[in-house]
Amino acid sequence: MPERIDFWGIPFTWGSPAIFVYFLMALASTILLVRFFLRARLWWRVGRPEVRWDRVHIRLWCLIKYAIVQIKILRQKFPGIMHVGLAWGFFIFFLGTALATIDSHFLKILQGNLYLVYKFVLDTFTFLFLIGAGMAAYRRFIQRVRRLTLESGFTWSLALITLIVVGGLFTESLRLAVEKPAWALWSPLGWLLAQAWIATGALDATLMNWHLGIWIFHLLVVILTLATLPAGTLLHILTGPLNVFFSKLDRPVGQLAPLPQTANGEPLYASTLRALTWKQLLDGDACTECGRCQDVCPAFAAGKLLSPKQVILSVRTALHQDGQVLLNTVTKEPLLVGEKITDDVLWSCTTCGACVCECPVFIEHVDSIVDMRRYLVIEGRMGTELQGALENLGRYGNSFGQSERMRARWTQPIQHPIKDARREPVEYLWFVGDYASYSPTLTDITAMTAEVFRKAGLDFGILYDAERNAGNDVRRVGEEGLFEMLMEKNSVVLSKCTYKAIITTDPHTYNTLKNEYPANGVERRPVLHYTEVLDQLITTGKLKFSKNLGYKVTYHDPCYLGRYNGVYDAPRRVIEATGCELVEMPRHTDGSFCCGAGGGRIWMAEGEIQERPSEIRIREAVALDSVTAFIVACPKDVTMFRDAVKTTDNESRLEVKDLAELVHAAL
Amino acid sequence: MNQDIYVVIEHLRGQLAEISFVMLAGARELAKGLGVDVVAVMLGHKAQGLAGNPSPGSLQCLAADKVLSFDHPALADFTSDAYQIVLTDLIRKDQPRAVLFGSTSIGTDIASLISIKLGLPMVSSCRSFSAGGKFVSQICGGKIMAEGDLPGPTALVTMVPGGYKAEQGQSTQPPAITEVEVPELESLRVTLVRYIEPESGDVDITKEAVLVSVGRGIQNQDNIVLAEELAHALGGSVSGSRPVIDQGWLATSRLVGKSGKSVKPKIYLALGISGAPEHAEAITDSDTIVAINTDPAAPIFNIAKYGAEIDLFDLVEVLTAQVKAAKGG
Amino acid sequence: MNIIILVKLVPDLVEELIIDTSGVALDTAWLRLIINEFDDHAIEQGILLKERSGGVVTVVAPDIEGIDDVLFTAAAKGADRLIKIKGDFGGVNNHALARAFSTAVKELQPDLVLTGVQANNDLDGSVGPLLAGCLEMPYIGYLSGVSVSEGKSKVRKEYPGGLIAEMDVTLPAVFGIQAAEQPPRYVAVSKVRQMMKTSTIEEQTVSGVDMVGGPKIGRMFQAQTGQRATMLSGSPEEIATRLVVIFKEHGVL
Repeated sequence: MPERIDFWGIPFTWGSPAIFVYFLMALASTILLVRFFLRARLWWRVGRPEVRWDRVHIRLWCLIKYAIVQIKILRQKFPGIMHVGLAWGFFIFFLGTALATIDSHFLKILQGNLYLVYKFVLDTFTFLFLIGAGMAAYRRFIQRVRRLTLESGFTWSLALITLIVVGGLFTESLRLAVEKPAWALWSPLGWLLAQAWIATGALDATLMNWHLGIWIFHLLVVILTLATLPAGTLLHILTGPLNVFFSKLDRPVGQLAPLPQTANGEPLYASTLRALTWKQLLDGDACTECGRCQDVCPAFAAGKLLSPKQVILSVRTALHQDGQVLLNTVTKEPLLVGEKITDDVLWSCTTCGACVCECPVFIEHVDSIVDMRRYLVIEGRMGTELQGALENLGRYGNSFGQSERMRARWTQPIQHPIKDARREPVEYLWFVGDYASYSPTLTDITAMTAEVFRKAGLDFGILYDAERNAGNDVRRVGEEGLFEMLMEKNSVVLSKCTYKAIITTDPHTYNTLKNEYPANGVERRPVLHYTEVLDQLITTGKLKFSKNLGYKVTYHDPCYLGRYNGVYDAPRRVIEATGCELVEMPRHTDGSFCCGAGGGRIWMAEGEIQERPSEIRIREAVALDSVTAFIVACPKDVTMFRDAVKTTDNESRLEVKDLAELVHAAL
Repeated sequence: MNQDIYVVIEHLRGQLAEISFVMLAGARELAKGLGVDVVAVMLGHKAQGLAGNPSPGSLQCLAADKVLSFDHPALADFTSDAYQIVLTDLIRKDQPRAVLFGSTSIGTDIASLISIKLGLPMVSSCRSFSAGGKFVSQICGGKIMAEGDLPGPTALVTMVPGGYKAEQGQSTQPPAITEVEVPELESLRVTLVRYIEPESGDVDITKEAVLVSVGRGIQNQDNIVLAEELAHALGGSVSGSRPVIDQGWLATSRLVGKSGKSVKPKIYLALGISGAPEHAEAITDSDTIVAINTDPAAPIFNIAKYGAEIDLFDLVEVLTAQVKAAKGG
Repeated sequence: MNIIILVKLVPDLVEELIIDTSGVALDTAWLRLIINEFDDHAIEQGILLKERSGGVVTVVAPDIEGIDDVLFTAAAKGADRLIKIKGDFGGVNNHALARAFSTAVKELQPDLVLTGVQANNDLDGSVGPLLAGCLEMPYIGYLSGVSVSEGKSKVRKEYPGGLIAEMDVTLPAVFGIQAAEQPPRYVAVSKVRQMMKTSTIEEQTVSGVDMVGGPKIGRMFQAQTGQRATMLSGSPEEIATRLVVIFKEHGVL
């Protein structure tokens, strides 16, 4: 009967090998745990407290999806399959070893058919592991993929785990070569290798010596791997799942954490590591240096110094260089911002969230960057252009520096008067937004949007002069005080109005009104993007199009509408309803590539740049066969992309249109 | 006590400032109405020649009825302490009807001091005098005008350019010069150490035929290259108004304005410049001013010959392309 | 080093300016008052001097609506004392303001008084030199650089054409600032709000408001737009074409 034999081929001359093995494993595990503890301890001793252990059931589910099944890593085919081969292999081997331990000491389960299945599964996963290891070696040494950190530490880790698995395979195959059991084919890979041993013609005794030698070697490699795990690149095995477990559940992606305070109620700014939470420090240690965040970052693509990967690694480096110092010294705290992470790097971020969306271990780059920006703002460390914009926002409630009385000037040429939501009740309160109101090139679209609403029979009104910038990007720039001031002003005005829902054409406005205003005490009302409203009207038959436009178009998912708030389908349905053929951008829905205006970037000087993100995106669109129109759903996108079409000389090839223009044409 | 109109002449390093002639023109208008004399007051050291050399037909003399000259080494260069001591003394003795100062780095240092010291009324930012000897001043960036009777007994007036042309204050005849005794000038609290020349810069904008000038509307330093391309296409240079230079986006040598340079190109293309008086006074001698600004109420449109209420960012590159095509074609 | 900075509020030129029914003053209904830009530079220069050479910075301003925010912002930048002069300052001229300031300033015994070289609503001279007259201190204006040492100061005075005159002044003196050595720094709103909680504005009352010395305004009106420019309209391309024609006419193209 097939069954597992404890310590086959291992001599019992010095007593049971079990004691020997368990002693060494205990030693290695202790070293692992102690070293890990010393490292992890820095997170909560240096970092601020934060509650991330609520709703454990959801967290466990996340752990299964992302740390075990690893669906995020599988977003990219080649490295996904590679890593799954390596990781699932080890999950199975770990389970296998656990089962073997139970089999040894508690319940003899590994016998009969169960044993055969056990062997088959182990061999299959050994095979998958070796494929994965081969793919990894190819990626690191032949492809030399740029986003990876091509350093020896990674090679060392790959070598160690491969040696472990190969060692296991060799011992199994050597045993099979000696025992030649009838069920050997249930270990196909092992049996295949066993043929090689048999072919050498070596005596059984020789084979058993080799077996012993490799078994000992395998054990020692395992010990070594465990003992060095916390110091090497395999640390992510522990920190990755931890980071997934402790990921952000308490608030939506589009909501920033409030400004932290010290025990005496003083605001705390992220100038040093101490101001970050333990979770933000764990982010540093969880980073696997895969570089996927860097690959999707628009600032990095434009040639700026910002790399989200390097920001997170700087936190890690800072923690390990300065962590102990921070705990012991009270006098001069080593700075994080300005020294390990420069001002320019922090100001280059557009807060598009692509890095956060891509990260397989759920690192929250944007939150940390905004925290550090809050420090820069309080120190007044910013360019003059941003300073001017913030001063205008503070004084006039808009970044253009124009009087509040000019906000509704765009309504003057319109024949049908638009309801004043301050004076009469409306069903939909249209929060127009700065750019749509003040930018001379965009007011035509705003007027068109008003007409679309009117023809669709919407009962809507605007706030006229009482509207102020909603504050989304002010908050992302780090000017928390100004954000609060703008929010206070807007909420006072809103509280006096009677309305059922808020609509807006600006995704940034949408994000903060929906996700941040209610958290700060403003009464929660439904907030809809105009594409959602149009979609509703179309599906209920209230909005019908008289023309079938028939253009071949592509659609750019705005960061704050798509990635941040999950609104992907509504705009697409509207486009199709106008009779246009939609060709998807290569990078679409949550992979959409930012136009570069967010995070206050539109208020800042461009600085040193190789190619604008908007230009990169337009080139991506132009590569699509026979697409004539680039549809957007955000006023800043209109501005950025129209400029980019001009600067890339594509005016005859591609036209940038807001979705409202498309709808208006089809009515 | 007399009813004459006194004009405090301004000169800097051996050159008469143009404001002196503008003031004389204003003084002449006032004096004509009252039937009195225009008296030029010159403080300096061996600077009498500035009053003008007799040279038939050439307009370079002060159009004054007479000149009161105060010659003293301590007055060689302007310093506020020395000048206000001398002028306070003179005005206290002579009590003229009005004393005109330039609304400049020189005049504004002293006029107000004298107003308080002697308890005399003051009017500033005066652009011109209207019928009946009323002052007309401009405030609020040139958007608002204030008119009133010239206060008495002696009105101290600081004048801004724009109301009169320099030629109106010049004559072919040098006026008679009277030397006046200079009061004690001991223990002066303000002394001149040295002058610092401006950086010459690569370009002398006062000699350019075409200037593409940018104001706050250019928004940031990166966008200046758009103006440079247009200027290059037109064979001219880029200049800027005060806010642009203060931000460091252009060198000081490119500053057009009261504290910068006065320019007189054939074409002055003002992009995103509001046209505040300090800037306007420095460009009025241009042949043609073209103003591009999204604000229809911008004062620049009052001195420009052509204007367009359009966003400069919509226009500049289009214009550059068309200019290049016109040249190349 | 005892530094005093005088600040006043002026009409914001972003808003539309209208004359009120009296015909001699601006309509205050839509008028927004903001800090005089040059006074903002004076504050910056004062704070820079304090950072460089130490000292106490006191900001003095008339009590008009909106002044508290300006004073707290100055405190957030580093001003040590804030003083508000209470009196009837509506529609007051600079002579009255200077006299009102002079009592408070004299008591403070400053080494240096800084203020903006001019303000957009000055009709009777600027506050700086008028105050210097009241206090019998020397005055220099149009400064873009100030440094101080024992009992004296070295200043950079601006002349047209970019020419600078370096002058020595014995202190105490009044300076009219054209531009601070660096642009006024940014102060986060939360810092200003914090100042509102932690700082206090001292108040001093002035007995009367003495406007003697200012002119009487007979009529105030909006500047004539008589010779307004010929406006070009149309698309950017159309306007550009017209401009190219104009350039050709001038022999530039």
